[in-house]
Amino acid sequence: MTETSASPGFASPGFTPPAFAPPGFTPATRFAVPGRIAVSKRAAAVWQTATLTEIRRETAHTATYRFAVPAWAGHLPGQHLMLRLTAEDGYAAQRHYSIASAPDDSGHIELTLDHVEGGEVSGWFHTVAEPGDEVEVRGPLSGFFAWPGDRPALLIGAGSGVVPLMSMVRHQRARSLSVPLRMLVSARSPEELIYAGELGAETTPVFTRSAPEGVPVGRMTVAHVAPLLAEQPPGGWEAYVCGSNAFAEHASRLLVEAGQPVDRIRIERFG
Amino acid sequence: MNVTRGFTGRARVHNPGLPPGQYDAGDDWPVLSAEVTPDLAAADWTFRVDGLVEAPRTWDWAEAHELPASAYEGDIHCVTSWSKFGVRFGGVSLDAFLDVVRPHGSATHAVAYSHTGYTTNLPLADLAGGRAWIAWEYDGKPLAAEHGGPARLLVPHLYFWKSAKWIAGLRILDHDEPGFWEQNGYHERGNPWEEQRYSGD
Repeated sequence: MTETSASPGFASPGFTPPAFAPPGFTPATRFAVPGRIAVSKRAAAVWQTATLTEIRRETAHTATYRFAVPAWAGHLPGQHLMLRLTAEDGYAAQRHYSIASAPDDSGHIELTLDHVEGGEVSGWFHTVAEPGDEVEVRGPLSGFFAWPGDRPALLIGAGSGVVPLMSMVRHQRARSLSVPLRMLVSARSPEELIYAGELGAETTPVFTRSAPEGVPVGRMTVAHVAPLLAEQPPGGWEAYVCGSNAFAEHASRLLVEAGQPVDRIRIERFG
Repeated sequence: MNVTRGFTGRARVHNPGLPPGQYDAGDDWPVLSAEVTPDLAAADWTFRVDGLVEAPRTWDWAEAHELPASAYEGDIHCVTSWSKFGVRFGGVSLDAFLDVVRPHGSATHAVAYSHTGYTTNLPLADLAGGRAWIAWEYDGKPLAAEHGGPARLLVPHLYFWKSAKWIAGLRILDHDEPGFWEQNGYHERGNPWEEQRYSGD
Protein backbone atom coordinates (compact mmCIF):
# COMPACT_ATOMS: atom_id res chain seq x y z
CA MET A 1 0.00 0.00 0.00
CA THR A 2 2.87 2.36 -0.57
CA GLU A 3 0.79 3.90 -3.30
CA THR A 4 -1.72 5.36 -0.89
CA SER A 5 0.50 6.01 2.08
CA ALA A 6 3.25 7.73 0.16
CA SER A 7 1.06 9.78 -2.08
CA PRO A 8 -1.60 11.70 -0.28
CA GLY A 9 -4.32 13.55 -2.06
CA PHE A 10 -3.79 14.40 -5.67
CA ALA A 11 -0.04 14.12 -5.63
CA SER A 12 -0.04 10.41 -6.37
CA PRO A 13 2.06 8.89 -9.13
CA GLY A 14 0.01 8.17 -12.20
CA PHE A 15 -2.64 10.64 -11.23
CA THR A 16 -2.53 14.01 -12.93
CA PRO A 17 -5.18 16.51 -11.93
CA PRO A 18 -6.87 17.82 -15.04
CA ALA A 19 -6.02 21.38 -15.97
CA PHE A 20 -9.57 22.48 -15.29
CA ALA A 21 -9.33 21.25 -11.67
CA PRO A 22 -11.87 23.16 -9.50
CA PRO A 23 -14.75 23.53 -9.95
CA GLY A 24 -16.53 20.77 -11.82
CA PHE A 25 -14.06 18.06 -10.98
CA THR A 26 -14.58 14.81 -9.15
CA PRO A 27 -11.36 13.25 -7.89
CA ALA A 28 -10.79 9.97 -9.66
CA THR A 29 -11.48 6.85 -7.67
CA ARG A 30 -8.16 5.06 -7.92
CA PHE A 31 -9.30 1.72 -6.56
CA ALA A 32 -11.21 -0.67 -8.77
CA VAL A 33 -12.72 1.83 -11.19
CA PRO A 34 -16.15 2.79 -9.95
CA GLY A 35 -19.05 0.56 -10.82
CA ARG A 36 -18.84 -2.19 -13.38
CA ILE A 37 -22.28 -1.28 -14.70
CA ALA A 38 -24.83 1.47 -14.69
CA VAL A 39 -27.33 0.84 -11.91
CA SER A 40 -31.03 1.06 -12.63
CA LYS A 41 -32.36 3.73 -10.31
CA ARG A 42 -35.94 2.72 -10.98
CA ALA A 43 -35.40 -0.92 -10.09
CA ALA A 44 -33.59 0.07 -6.90
CA ALA A 45 -36.41 2.35 -5.77
CA VAL A 46 -39.40 0.03 -6.10
CA TRP A 47 -40.42 -2.64 -3.59
CA GLN A 48 -41.70 -5.77 -5.36
CA THR A 49 -43.45 -8.86 -4.03
CA ALA A 50 -41.29 -11.97 -4.14
CA THR A 51 -43.11 -15.30 -3.74
CA LEU A 52 -41.14 -18.16 -2.23
CA THR A 53 -41.34 -21.16 -4.56
CA GLU A 54 -38.71 -23.56 -3.26
CA ILE A 55 -36.39 -24.16 -0.30
CA ARG A 56 -33.23 -26.25 -0.70
CA ARG A 57 -31.00 -27.13 2.22
CA GLU A 58 -27.33 -26.48 1.51
CA THR A 59 -25.64 -27.21 4.86
CA ALA A 60 -26.81 -27.64 8.47
CA HIS A 61 -27.00 -23.85 8.85
CA THR A 62 -27.68 -22.57 5.33
CA ALA A 63 -30.48 -22.99 2.85
CA THR A 64 -31.31 -21.59 -0.56
CA TYR A 65 -34.61 -19.80 -1.10
CA ARG A 66 -36.00 -19.48 -4.61
CA PHE A 67 -38.47 -16.69 -5.33
CA ALA A 68 -40.73 -15.78 -8.21
CA VAL A 69 -40.33 -12.05 -8.90
CA PRO A 70 -42.24 -11.62 -12.16
CA ALA A 71 -41.15 -8.02 -12.79
CA TRP A 72 -37.51 -8.58 -11.79
CA ALA A 73 -35.40 -6.16 -13.87
CA GLY A 74 -32.51 -8.59 -14.12
CA HIS A 75 -29.18 -8.42 -12.32
CA LEU A 76 -25.51 -9.13 -12.79
CA PRO A 77 -23.58 -11.68 -10.75
CA GLY A 78 -22.31 -10.10 -7.54
CA GLN A 79 -25.18 -7.66 -7.06
CA HIS A 80 -27.37 -7.68 -3.97
CA LEU A 81 -30.89 -6.72 -3.03
CA MET A 82 -32.73 -5.43 -0.01
CA LEU A 83 -35.34 -7.72 1.49
CA ARG A 84 -38.12 -6.67 3.84
CA LEU A 85 -40.38 -8.62 6.20
CA THR A 86 -43.37 -6.88 7.79
CA ALA A 87 -45.16 -7.87 11.01
CA GLU A 88 -48.90 -7.41 11.68
CA ASP A 89 -48.28 -4.24 13.70
CA GLY A 90 -46.38 -2.66 10.82
CA TYR A 91 -42.91 -3.35 12.22
CA ALA A 92 -40.57 -4.07 9.33
CA ALA A 93 -37.09 -5.57 9.21
CA GLN A 94 -34.90 -5.18 6.16
CA ARG A 95 -31.57 -6.70 5.23
CA HIS A 96 -29.16 -6.70 2.31
CA TYR A 97 -28.56 -10.11 0.72
CA SER A 98 -26.33 -11.12 -2.15
CA ILE A 99 -28.07 -12.80 -5.06
CA ALA A 100 -26.97 -16.42 -5.49
CA SER A 101 -28.52 -17.23 -8.84
CA ALA A 102 -27.06 -16.30 -12.20
CA PRO A 103 -29.05 -13.84 -14.24
CA ASP A 104 -31.60 -15.53 -16.46
CA ASP A 105 -35.02 -14.75 -17.84
CA SER A 106 -36.94 -17.18 -15.63
CA GLY A 107 -38.48 -14.44 -13.49
CA HIS A 108 -36.91 -16.16 -10.49
CA ILE A 109 -34.02 -15.31 -8.19
CA GLU A 110 -32.32 -17.29 -5.42
CA LEU A 111 -30.82 -16.25 -2.10
CA THR A 112 -28.72 -18.49 0.15
CA LEU A 113 -29.07 -17.52 3.80
CA ASP A 114 -27.15 -18.46 6.92
CA HIS A 115 -29.25 -19.07 10.00
CA VAL A 116 -27.82 -16.24 12.08
CA GLU A 117 -28.18 -16.80 15.81
CA GLY A 118 -30.94 -14.51 17.03
CA GLY A 119 -31.41 -13.15 13.51
CA GLU A 120 -35.00 -11.96 13.12
CA VAL A 121 -34.96 -12.20 9.32
CA SER A 122 -32.81 -15.29 8.77
CA GLY A 123 -34.58 -16.89 11.73
CA TRP A 124 -37.94 -16.40 10.01
CA PHE A 125 -36.60 -17.96 6.83
CA HIS A 126 -35.10 -20.96 8.58
CA THR A 127 -37.98 -21.73 10.94
CA VAL A 128 -41.20 -20.30 9.49
CA ALA A 129 -40.93 -19.75 5.74
CA GLU A 130 -42.53 -22.16 3.31
CA PRO A 131 -43.33 -22.09 -0.40
CA GLY A 132 -46.14 -19.68 -1.13
CA ASP A 133 -45.01 -17.11 1.42
CA GLU A 134 -44.57 -13.58 0.17
CA VAL A 135 -41.82 -11.11 1.09
CA GLU A 136 -40.72 -7.84 -0.48
CA VAL A 137 -37.50 -7.04 -2.33
CA ARG A 138 -35.97 -4.03 -4.02
CA GLY A 139 -33.05 -4.15 -6.37
CA PRO A 140 -30.72 -5.18 -7.80
CA LEU A 141 -28.46 -2.77 -5.91
CA SER A 142 -24.92 -1.49 -6.38
CA GLY A 143 -22.69 -2.01 -9.38
CA PHE A 144 -19.38 -2.12 -7.55
CA PHE A 145 -19.18 -5.86 -6.88
CA ALA A 146 -20.86 -6.82 -10.14
CA TRP A 147 -19.11 -9.04 -12.67
CA PRO A 148 -20.48 -8.70 -16.18
CA GLY A 149 -18.42 -11.68 -17.34
CA ASP A 150 -15.97 -9.56 -19.27
CA ARG A 151 -12.72 -9.58 -17.29
CA PRO A 152 -10.84 -12.61 -15.93
CA ALA A 153 -12.08 -13.03 -12.38
CA LEU A 154 -10.30 -14.31 -9.29
CA LEU A 155 -12.91 -15.03 -6.62
CA ILE A 156 -12.06 -15.48 -2.94
CA GLY A 157 -14.74 -16.15 -0.37
CA ALA A 158 -15.37 -17.68 3.02
CA GLY A 159 -18.52 -19.14 4.53
CA SER A 160 -21.58 -17.52 3.02
CA GLY A 161 -19.22 -15.12 1.24
CA VAL A 162 -19.28 -17.71 -1.52
CA VAL A 163 -22.87 -16.72 -2.41
CA PRO A 164 -22.28 -13.76 -4.77
CA LEU A 165 -19.20 -15.53 -6.15
CA MET A 166 -21.31 -18.60 -6.99
CA SER A 167 -23.58 -16.35 -9.03
CA MET A 168 -20.47 -15.50 -11.08
CA VAL A 169 -19.45 -19.15 -11.46
CA ARG A 170 -22.97 -20.10 -12.51
CA HIS A 171 -23.08 -17.20 -14.97
CA GLN A 172 -19.82 -18.25 -16.56
CA ARG A 173 -21.12 -21.80 -17.00
CA ALA A 174 -24.60 -20.84 -18.17
CA ARG A 175 -23.23 -18.56 -20.86
CA SER A 176 -20.25 -20.81 -21.65
CA LEU A 177 -17.98 -17.80 -21.21
CA SER A 178 -14.38 -18.38 -22.20
CA VAL A 179 -13.05 -15.66 -19.87
CA PRO A 180 -10.89 -17.27 -17.13
CA LEU A 181 -12.43 -17.62 -13.68
CA ARG A 182 -10.91 -19.19 -10.56
CA MET A 183 -12.38 -19.47 -7.08
CA LEU A 184 -10.78 -20.03 -3.68
CA VAL A 185 -13.35 -20.75 -1.00
CA SER A 186 -12.74 -21.23 2.70
CA ALA A 187 -15.06 -23.33 4.89
CA ARG A 188 -14.73 -24.86 8.33
CA SER A 189 -15.29 -28.38 7.01
CA PRO A 190 -16.55 -30.22 3.93
CA GLU A 191 -19.97 -30.42 5.63
CA GLU A 192 -20.08 -26.62 5.88
CA LEU A 193 -18.94 -25.95 2.32
CA ILE A 194 -21.93 -24.34 0.62
CA TYR A 195 -22.66 -25.58 -2.94
CA ALA A 196 -20.11 -28.39 -2.44
CA GLY A 197 -21.76 -30.60 -5.04
CA GLU A 198 -21.77 -27.83 -7.59
CA LEU A 199 -18.15 -26.71 -7.40
CA GLY A 200 -15.92 -27.74 -10.27
CA ALA A 201 -12.35 -27.57 -11.50
CA GLU A 202 -12.40 -23.76 -11.21
CA THR A 203 -12.64 -24.01 -7.40
CA THR A 204 -10.07 -24.78 -4.72
CA PRO A 205 -11.64 -25.30 -1.29
CA VAL A 206 -9.65 -24.48 1.86
CA PHE A 207 -10.77 -26.16 5.10
CA THR A 208 -9.97 -24.51 8.41
CA ARG A 209 -11.19 -27.08 11.00
CA SER A 210 -11.51 -30.48 9.37
CA ALA A 211 -10.84 -31.79 5.89
CA PRO A 212 -11.14 -34.99 3.92
CA GLU A 213 -8.28 -37.48 4.26
CA GLY A 214 -5.13 -36.18 2.61
CA VAL A 215 -6.30 -32.55 2.44
CA PRO A 216 -4.49 -30.14 4.74
CA VAL A 217 -6.37 -28.24 7.44
CA GLY A 218 -5.62 -24.57 8.02
CA ARG A 219 -6.23 -20.98 7.21
CA MET A 220 -5.94 -19.61 3.69
CA THR A 221 -2.35 -18.51 3.07
CA VAL A 222 -0.35 -16.80 0.38
CA ALA A 223 0.55 -20.30 -0.85
CA HIS A 224 -3.08 -20.66 -1.99
CA VAL A 225 -3.15 -17.29 -3.70
CA ALA A 226 0.29 -17.07 -5.30
CA PRO A 227 -0.16 -19.91 -7.84
CA LEU A 228 -3.32 -18.24 -9.13
CA LEU A 229 -1.52 -14.93 -9.57
CA ALA A 230 1.37 -16.74 -11.26
CA GLU A 231 -0.93 -17.65 -14.15
CA GLN A 232 -1.80 -14.14 -15.31
CA PRO A 233 -4.52 -14.05 -17.94
CA PRO A 234 -4.42 -11.31 -20.59
CA GLY A 235 -5.33 -8.05 -18.86
CA GLY A 236 -4.74 -9.54 -15.42
CA TRP A 237 -7.24 -10.69 -12.79
CA GLU A 238 -10.06 -8.65 -11.35
CA ALA A 239 -10.22 -9.92 -7.75
CA TYR A 240 -13.53 -10.22 -5.88
CA VAL A 241 -13.32 -10.89 -2.13
CA CYS A 242 -16.40 -11.67 -0.04
CA GLY A 243 -16.90 -12.73 3.56
CA SER A 244 -16.73 -11.43 7.10
CA ASN A 245 -14.62 -8.33 7.70
CA ALA A 246 -11.94 -10.44 9.38
CA PHE A 247 -11.75 -12.72 6.37
CA ALA A 248 -11.86 -9.83 3.89
CA GLU A 249 -8.96 -8.13 5.67
CA HIS A 250 -6.97 -11.37 5.67
CA ALA A 251 -7.69 -12.32 2.06
CA SER A 252 -7.10 -8.83 0.67
CA ARG A 253 -3.72 -8.69 2.42
CA LEU A 254 -2.80 -12.07 0.90
CA LEU A 255 -3.70 -10.75 -2.53
CA VAL A 256 -1.61 -7.60 -2.08
CA GLU A 257 1.26 -9.68 -0.72
CA ALA A 258 1.08 -11.95 -3.77
CA GLY A 259 1.24 -8.97 -6.09
CA GLN A 260 -2.37 -8.23 -6.99
CA PRO A 261 -2.76 -4.47 -7.64
CA VAL A 262 -4.82 -2.76 -4.94
CA ASP A 263 -6.95 -1.08 -7.58
CA ARG A 264 -8.00 -4.46 -8.96
CA ILE A 265 -9.48 -5.76 -5.70
CA ARG A 266 -13.20 -5.41 -4.96
CA ILE A 267 -14.38 -6.28 -1.46
CA GLU A 268 -17.85 -7.10 -0.19
CA ARG A 269 -17.89 -7.39 3.60
CA PHE A 270 -20.82 -8.89 5.46
CA GLY A 271 -22.01 -6.92 8.45
CA MET B 1 -48.74 -2.88 3.99
CA ASN B 2 -47.77 -6.42 2.98
CA VAL B 3 -47.71 -8.47 6.16
CA THR B 4 -45.32 -11.42 6.09
CA ARG B 5 -47.05 -14.58 7.35
CA GLY B 6 -45.76 -15.63 10.75
CA PHE B 7 -43.21 -12.82 11.06
CA THR B 8 -43.16 -11.14 14.46
CA GLY B 9 -39.64 -9.70 14.55
CA ARG B 10 -37.58 -8.83 17.56
CA ALA B 11 -39.06 -7.29 20.69
CA ARG B 12 -40.24 -3.74 20.06
CA VAL B 13 -38.13 -1.17 21.81
CA HIS B 14 -39.30 2.38 21.76
CA ASN B 15 -36.19 4.19 20.69
CA PRO B 16 -36.73 7.70 19.37
CA GLY B 17 -33.07 7.77 18.33
CA LEU B 18 -33.54 4.98 15.81
CA PRO B 19 -34.24 6.23 12.25
CA PRO B 20 -36.82 4.33 10.17
CA GLY B 21 -35.74 0.89 8.95
CA GLN B 22 -32.70 0.79 11.26
CA TYR B 23 -31.85 -1.60 14.10
CA ASP B 24 -29.55 -1.21 17.07
CA ALA B 25 -26.28 -3.05 16.38
CA GLY B 26 -25.38 -2.97 20.07
CA ASP B 27 -21.65 -3.46 20.60
CA ASP B 28 -20.99 -4.44 16.99
CA TRP B 29 -19.35 -2.01 14.63
CA PRO B 30 -19.45 -3.64 11.19
CA VAL B 31 -16.79 -2.70 8.64
CA LEU B 32 -18.07 -2.28 5.10
CA SER B 33 -15.33 -0.58 3.07
CA ALA B 34 -15.16 -1.73 -0.55
CA GLU B 35 -11.39 -1.42 -0.87
CA VAL B 36 -8.29 -2.82 0.76
CA THR B 37 -7.62 -1.19 4.15
CA PRO B 38 -4.58 1.05 3.55
CA ASP B 39 -1.46 0.86 5.67
CA LEU B 40 -1.36 4.60 6.26
CA ALA B 41 0.82 5.99 9.05
CA ALA B 42 -0.22 9.16 10.89
CA ALA B 43 3.10 10.70 9.78
CA ASP B 44 2.08 10.21 6.14
CA TRP B 45 -1.48 11.47 6.59
CA THR B 46 -2.44 14.85 5.16
CA PHE B 47 -5.74 16.66 4.79
CA ARG B 48 -6.32 19.28 2.10
CA VAL B 49 -9.23 21.66 1.49
CA ASP B 50 -9.27 23.39 -1.89
CA GLY B 51 -11.57 24.24 -4.79
CA LEU B 52 -13.79 27.30 -4.39
CA VAL B 53 -11.99 28.74 -1.37
CA GLU B 54 -9.99 31.87 -0.63
CA ALA B 55 -6.94 30.08 0.75
CA PRO B 56 -6.47 26.41 -0.18
CA ARG B 57 -4.45 24.61 2.45
CA THR B 58 -2.96 21.24 3.36
CA TRP B 59 -2.57 20.16 6.99
CA ASP B 60 -0.31 17.39 8.15
CA TRP B 61 -0.93 15.35 11.28
CA ALA B 62 0.78 17.77 13.68
CA GLU B 63 -0.75 20.89 12.11
CA ALA B 64 -4.26 19.41 12.23
CA HIS B 65 -3.76 18.60 15.91
CA GLU B 66 -2.96 22.23 16.66
CA LEU B 67 -6.58 23.14 15.87
CA PRO B 68 -9.03 23.19 18.81
CA ALA B 69 -10.06 19.69 19.88
CA SER B 70 -13.69 18.79 19.46
CA ALA B 71 -15.62 15.63 20.29
CA TYR B 72 -18.79 13.99 19.00
CA GLU B 73 -20.85 11.87 21.34
CA GLY B 74 -23.97 10.38 19.87
CA ASP B 75 -25.21 7.90 17.29
CA ILE B 76 -24.17 6.71 13.83
CA HIS B 77 -26.34 5.10 11.14
CA CYS B 78 -25.26 2.81 8.30
CA VAL B 79 -27.28 2.41 5.11
CA THR B 80 -27.12 -1.38 5.53
CA SER B 81 -29.60 -0.88 8.43
CA TRP B 82 -27.50 -0.93 11.58
CA SER B 83 -27.24 2.01 13.93
CA LYS B 84 -24.79 2.34 16.79
CA PHE B 85 -25.64 4.35 19.85
CA GLY B 86 -23.51 6.37 22.22
CA VAL B 87 -20.28 6.41 20.25
CA ARG B 88 -17.55 8.90 21.11
CA PHE B 89 -15.18 10.33 18.52
CA GLY B 90 -12.42 12.86 19.11
CA GLY B 91 -10.83 15.15 16.55
CA VAL B 92 -11.41 18.64 15.18
CA SER B 93 -14.61 20.27 14.00
CA LEU B 94 -14.60 20.74 10.24
CA ASP B 95 -15.59 24.36 10.89
CA ALA B 96 -12.04 24.95 12.14
CA PHE B 97 -10.65 23.93 8.74
CA LEU B 98 -13.31 25.81 6.77
CA ASP B 99 -12.65 28.97 8.78
CA VAL B 100 -9.05 28.90 7.56
CA VAL B 101 -9.74 28.27 3.85
CA ARG B 102 -12.89 30.48 3.66
CA PRO B 103 -15.22 28.98 1.00
CA HIS B 104 -16.47 31.38 -1.66
CA GLY B 105 -20.03 32.63 -1.46
CA SER B 106 -20.82 30.59 -4.58
CA ALA B 107 -19.75 27.29 -2.92
CA THR B 108 -22.63 24.85 -2.37
CA HIS B 109 -21.18 21.32 -2.24
CA ALA B 110 -18.02 19.36 -1.58
CA VAL B 111 -16.48 16.11 -2.68
CA ALA B 112 -14.66 14.35 0.13
CA TYR B 113 -11.89 12.01 -1.02
CA SER B 114 -9.78 9.42 0.72
CA HIS B 115 -6.18 8.36 0.55
CA THR B 116 -7.50 5.19 -1.13
CA GLY B 117 -9.31 7.17 -3.82
CA TYR B 118 -12.78 6.68 -2.32
CA THR B 119 -15.04 9.70 -2.89
CA THR B 120 -18.37 10.92 -1.54
CA ASN B 121 -20.31 14.13 -2.15
CA LEU B 122 -22.00 16.35 0.43
CA PRO B 123 -23.82 19.66 0.54
CA LEU B 124 -21.51 22.20 2.16
CA ALA B 125 -24.23 22.95 4.71
CA ASP B 126 -23.88 19.39 6.04
CA LEU B 127 -20.18 19.95 6.66
CA ALA B 128 -20.51 23.23 8.55
CA GLY B 129 -22.22 24.43 11.71
CA GLY B 130 -20.73 21.95 14.16
CA ARG B 131 -22.14 18.87 12.41
CA ALA B 132 -18.97 17.42 10.87
CA TRP B 133 -15.52 16.49 12.14
CA ILE B 134 -12.15 15.14 11.16
CA ALA B 135 -11.92 12.33 13.71
CA TRP B 136 -8.82 10.43 14.84
CA GLU B 137 -9.93 9.00 18.14
CA TYR B 138 -12.64 6.50 18.97
CA ASP B 139 -13.57 5.88 22.58
CA GLY B 140 -10.44 7.71 23.68
CA LYS B 141 -8.08 5.59 21.58
CA PRO B 142 -6.52 6.08 18.13
CA LEU B 143 -9.04 5.27 15.40
CA ALA B 144 -8.36 1.76 14.03
CA ALA B 145 -7.27 1.46 10.40
CA GLU B 146 -10.28 -0.63 9.40
CA HIS B 147 -12.54 2.13 10.75
CA GLY B 148 -10.71 4.82 8.80
CA GLY B 149 -7.66 5.57 10.93
CA PRO B 150 -5.46 7.50 11.18
CA ALA B 151 -8.29 9.97 10.46
CA ARG B 152 -11.72 9.93 8.86
CA LEU B 153 -14.44 12.36 8.02
CA LEU B 154 -17.35 12.16 10.48
CA VAL B 155 -20.79 13.41 9.44
CA PRO B 156 -22.99 11.50 11.88
CA HIS B 157 -26.32 13.02 10.87
CA LEU B 158 -26.03 11.35 7.44
CA TYR B 159 -25.66 7.65 6.54
CA PHE B 160 -22.15 6.59 7.38
CA TRP B 161 -20.86 6.06 3.82
CA LYS B 162 -20.64 9.89 3.76
CA SER B 163 -18.09 9.75 6.59
CA ALA B 164 -15.16 8.96 4.30
CA LYS B 165 -12.47 6.79 5.90
CA TRP B 166 -8.76 7.68 5.49
CA ILE B 167 -9.84 11.21 4.63
CA ALA B 168 -7.39 13.03 2.35
CA GLY B 169 -9.29 16.15 1.43
CA LEU B 170 -12.34 18.13 0.47
CA ARG B 171 -12.82 19.83 -2.84
CA ILE B 172 -15.31 22.68 -2.52
CA LEU B 173 -17.63 23.08 -5.53
CA ASP B 174 -20.54 25.22 -6.73
CA HIS B 175 -22.56 22.14 -7.74
CA ASP B 176 -23.10 18.51 -6.73
CA GLU B 177 -20.79 15.78 -8.12
CA PRO B 178 -21.71 12.19 -7.28
CA GLY B 179 -19.06 10.22 -5.39
CA PHE B 180 -18.23 6.52 -5.35
CA TRP B 181 -21.39 4.98 -3.89
CA GLU B 182 -23.55 7.75 -5.30
CA GLN B 183 -22.41 6.68 -8.79
CA ASN B 184 -23.29 3.14 -7.75
CA GLY B 185 -26.93 3.91 -7.09
CA TYR B 186 -26.87 5.42 -3.60
CA HIS B 187 -28.69 8.59 -2.61
CA GLU B 188 -26.98 11.92 -3.20
CA ARG B 189 -27.64 13.17 0.37
CA GLY B 190 -28.31 10.11 2.55
CA ASN B 191 -30.42 11.50 5.40
CA PRO B 192 -31.31 8.49 7.61
CA TRP B 193 -34.37 10.24 9.06
CA GLU B 194 -35.84 10.47 5.57
CA GLU B 195 -34.52 7.02 4.71
CA GLN B 196 -32.58 8.33 1.70
CA ARG B 197 -30.77 5.07 0.97
CA TYR B 198 -30.87 4.82 -2.79
CA SER B 199 -31.16 7.26 -5.62
CA GLY B 200 -34.83 8.09 -5.96
CA ASP B 201 -35.72 7.54 -2.27
